[in-house]
Amino acid sequence: MSEIKASMAGSVWKLVAKEGEEVSDGQDIVILESMKMEIPIAAETSGVVKELKVGEGDFVNEGDVIAIIE
Amino acid sequence: MFTKILIANRGEIASRIIRTCKRLNIKAVAVYSEADQTAPYVQLADESYLIGKPRVNESYLNIEKILRVAKESGAEAIHPGYGLLSENAEFARQTEAAGLTFIGPDADVISKMGDKIAARAEMKKAGVPIIPGTEDAVATAEDAKQLAVDFGYPVMLKAAAGGGGIGMQAVYNDEELEKAFEGNSKRAQAFFGDGKMFIEKLIEDPRHIEIQVLADSHGHAVHLFERECSIQRRHQKVVEEAPSPELTDETRQKMGESALQAVKTLGYTNAGTIEFLVDDDENFYFLEMNTRLQVEHPVTEQITGIDLVEQQLKVAAGEKLSIEQNDLVIDGHAIEVRIYAEDSNTFYPSPGQLTKLTLPEGPGVRHELAVEGNSQVTPFYDPMIAKLVVHGEDRQDAIDRLIKAVHEYEIEGIKSNLTMLKRVITHEKFKQGETKTTFIQDYYLPTLTNQ
Repeated sequence: MSEIKASMAGSVWKLVAKEGEEVSDGQDIVILESMKMEIPIAAETSGVVKELKVGEGDFVNEGDVIAIIE
Repeated sequence: MFTKILIANRGEIASRIIRTCKRLNIKAVAVYSEADQTAPYVQLADESYLIGKPRVNESYLNIEKILRVAKESGAEAIHPGYGLLSENAEFARQTEAAGLTFIGPDADVISKMGDKIAARAEMKKAGVPIIPGTEDAVATAEDAKQLAVDFGYPVMLKAAAGGGGIGMQAVYNDEELEKAFEGNSKRAQAFFGDGKMFIEKLIEDPRHIEIQVLADSHGHAVHLFERECSIQRRHQKVVEEAPSPELTDETRQKMGESALQAVKTLGYTNAGTIEFLVDDDENFYFLEMNTRLQVEHPVTEQITGIDLVEQQLKVAAGEKLSIEQNDLVIDGHAIEVRIYAEDSNTFYPSPGQLTKLTLPEGPGVRHELAVEGNSQVTPFYDPMIAKLVVHGEDRQDAIDRLIKAVHEYEIEGIKSNLTMLKRVITHEKFKQGETKTTFIQDYYLPTLTNQ
């Protein structure tokens, strides 16, 4: 199981992956918006998205868990 | 002249406008979001009003709230600054409808210049050179491909309502065009609510040079020479200077005359900027008109001695411009660098807690600040946190002062682009005035891979 964490503070602009979806290492899970820039947050391992901890529009701080990959 | 105005903006530009208001004995009303409660400009204003949550559409873009504060505070006019609502024609219309003065041009002119296709048509009418391109929006990628054959690759794909590089992409062949068309149209629709696209011939390796204009409502207009804004990252300016290091007097004069012709044709009033792309042979082509004060306005102020905000206020109050073209002379050389809260290598933003801010001092050094030493730099807004402007006797003197100043600058707690700026302004090509729009990719990015 691996936790995908926000690399910086920002708002969730778009959820790219869905819960239950199979993703590969490096695939974008969520797009954050920070300081008017889109920041893709990618999976660091291949697996299935077990849980998305955020929804579109949510604000996250650096280090917050965004998703869990199993 | 006004006795009280509201500033519908934030950060360094709000502070900048407030300073001129104080000098002219005009009361300044600030508005702020929950994220900006402790921002320096909020303290600097005579009155400050909380208008909502951090997201811009819940605060700084909320026209109704801003107008309500303006009326309740007794402001007579609204200065929109840059960005946010500054080029929003509806805001200008509603401001006037509320019995307040919008410090900027007429709403109809903002509308025309905000639509790139309409703007091209207006400039063509004014006799201003435009880049060969489509006059109407291009419906499909297939149509775009046919047009690209007519113009010859490379071409630039652009969103009609675009800005800040969004929806814009250079393409070099049919395959790239096909891939880029739909994506950019969708992005433009998402960002601006308008997915219309058009294409034009790409001017390769150009300079980005713009002419500052001032026009009153009595038919008098002047231009305040050019600013060269070619060094950009992610299509956003990083270094700006005035005058341009390379422009000949003859081209400078032609560009100034073109800009004034545009002002006359449009019936333009207040401050504005006509942006041009300039090729190696000094052919210049209209890029866009910014119907507002610009981020880089201080370099023009430094070489002309004119306070552009003061002139904006006077013109909006109905006064005649007291400046004549023949009185204007270029005094020395000025350079501005934008200090961004971002990683110098990746250009990724770096919000967070600022723990130290040391500013350089000395003759010819000017600061425009959005932060203080202990500011929280939030992720909600643009990463620009400050501008450093230097003025010298000539370009070499200005560069010397800039290098010293940038090396004295200290920012701790968050990442900044100071490292990048140091490399750019000490680069031989910069010193030689080789400031093309491809500067960062040609000369800066390779220094990263060679580390």
